[in-house]
Amino acid sequence: MPADSTQIHNIGYRHYDGPRLGRAYATRSLFSQSLRGAYGLGRSAKSKVLPMILFGVMCAPALIMVAVAVATKANDLPIDYTRYAIVLQAVISLYLAAQAPQTVSRDLRFQTVPLYFSRPIDRVDYVRAKFAALSSALFILTAAPLIVLYVGALLAKLDFADQTKGFAQGLVSVALLSVLFSGIALVISAVTPRRGFGIAAVIAVLTISYGAVSTVQAIAHEQGSSEAISWLGLFSPITLIDGLQTAFLGATSAFPGKEGPSAGAGVVYVVVVLALIAGSYAALLRRYRKAGL
Amino acid sequence: MTVIATESLSKRYPRVTALDRLSMDIGPGVTGLVGANGAGKSTLIKILLGLSPATEGRAAVLGLDVATSGGEIRERVGYMPEHDCLPPDVSATEFVVHMARMSGLPPAAARERTADTLRHVGLYEERYRPIGGYSTGMKQRVKLAQALVHDPQLVFLDEPTNGLDPVGRDEMLALIRRVHTDFGISVLVTSHLLGELERTCDHVVVVDGGKLLRSSSTTDFTQTTTTLAVEVTDSDEHPDGTGALRKALHGLGVDTQDDGGGLPGAGHTVLLEAAGEETYDLVRDVVADLGLGLVRMEQRRHHIAEVFRTKDAESTEDETAETAADGAQGRAASERAAAWAANTAKTATTAAAEQTGGGSDAR
Repeated sequence: MPADSTQIHNIGYRHYDGPRLGRAYATRSLFSQSLRGAYGLGRSAKSKVLPMILFGVMCAPALIMVAVAVATKANDLPIDYTRYAIVLQAVISLYLAAQAPQTVSRDLRFQTVPLYFSRPIDRVDYVRAKFAALSSALFILTAAPLIVLYVGALLAKLDFADQTKGFAQGLVSVALLSVLFSGIALVISAVTPRRGFGIAAVIAVLTISYGAVSTVQAIAHEQGSSEAISWLGLFSPITLIDGLQTAFLGATSAFPGKEGPSAGAGVVYVVVVLALIAGSYAALLRRYRKAGL
Repeated sequence: MTVIATESLSKRYPRVTALDRLSMDIGPGVTGLVGANGAGKSTLIKILLGLSPATEGRAAVLGLDVATSGGEIRERVGYMPEHDCLPPDVSATEFVVHMARMSGLPPAAARERTADTLRHVGLYEERYRPIGGYSTGMKQRVKLAQALVHDPQLVFLDEPTNGLDPVGRDEMLALIRRVHTDFGISVLVTSHLLGELERTCDHVVVVDGGKLLRSSSTTDFTQTTTTLAVEVTDSDEHPDGTGALRKALHGLGVDTQDDGGGLPGAGHTVLLEAAGEETYDLVRDVVADLGLGLVRMEQRRHHIAEVFRTKDAESTEDETAETAADGAQGRAASERAAAWAANTAKTATTAAAEQTGGGSDAR
């Protein structure tokens, strides 16, 4: 036996001369890591539990509805595509409350952010990757049940054109919802890095604003001022999406008395939604200007 | 070749001047950046990473201008922050792989480099466990690993020995030394302890209040005159071995001094000026002729603190205390003494002298 095959060599330090893929690749890696992280993938088993349960809870009603529709040979699905996310908004809020702090607060709390910024990516890349990751995670959560509904509707041999139109409208609606909600939740989480604080703050902002708006809307409805109802919807994220899709995506409003905004007021809704998305992006950038080293 | 060059670099905040017209050139090797807290060390690193614009002046890292090529610089340098920066719920491997990808390494290369780097910094089986359960020393190693994983040409280490016990400190300093000697990566290491840096660095830059106090090579001011510390055993023939050695050396015209530090064992240490290689030989021969055992023979460097004492008497007092303590531990065993010990053939001396050699190898 040759002597050298029995020896253990200390191969020493080896230099790396392979490719360095730069900023765009690093941003993509951060995006995929954060997206996977939002479902607990690549993290401990414990952190998979909540997102997976919520994903199940989000899809379960859709499965039941589809099963009923197929079994009873119904003419239509029991719920509109656009309405689904509005009905299950509590699940969405819970998911965001759990995952938005996970996405940004961890890096702030454990001061990992400087390690990112000492690498090729800068804060714009970082914010974009995190924003895109949480929006995509939320889109997966809200679009998956719509896909279940659509596939079920086709299996139940419902009208193809009708269903496809509804499905497409639903997808646009949840896409907007995902970006809007993620932006708001990320900003809240980024300014409350302490554990637990962010969770409570996200739930509070999403549910209290909805509670307040719908209460005042109910009062307005009692007093018969239908004009006020549609303008009040501007003041909470979920009613914003509701109003927007009522005006432009053929949805039936969940406002009291189904008093959704007209097309004119709908334009204001679109402007407010876009302004909020842009505003939360700007606020995140601002937040990370100081979070450097 | 210049690794870092600054030219009247200034950084002023509304109320504080963090850096004040700092001009220096730093070559390859291990460079220490010494200064009290708030002296501008971290600000300098931030500017050198291209993350914070200088108010005035210019700086270049690896020949790239920090104002315009921040991204390129950050691809080629590593940074180990002073504070905690590790999430507790992931393993060292997962974390370092992620950081490697953030530096632009493809997934397979990121995993391979992570395994290599963690091994080099001395993390083995524990690298699969969550970081939350690590000791401070292990965490510092992970922080160092993430700074080295993308094989940078230069690393910035901000207070790497913070929070470590004396043994951990020595291990970290030895590791930093290896980063340059074995890995070929230049190092800029900050510390507020001069004593640490004189053992580790080729070059020391002292800043205070954002101003450059001094920039020079450690050999410049610690090796121009070499004091040799010798300790011998007693024998039946010479009950006072130290005294006998003193006398014999005197007879040969070599002046000796006491170790005046008043430290334990000081009376048994003979100090003499080493003129060159022949002094080492002379001591060896004299000790062997007397039939004494040579317990230790080491080069005692002048401490950097002494060099600065005249300049900055008050502010370095803490560091002086620190270096004195280090000196008492006999840490400054020189390579020359070790090499000499290894080459010695005389039996009586070899066994004893190898203690010294062994000691400095471990370092």
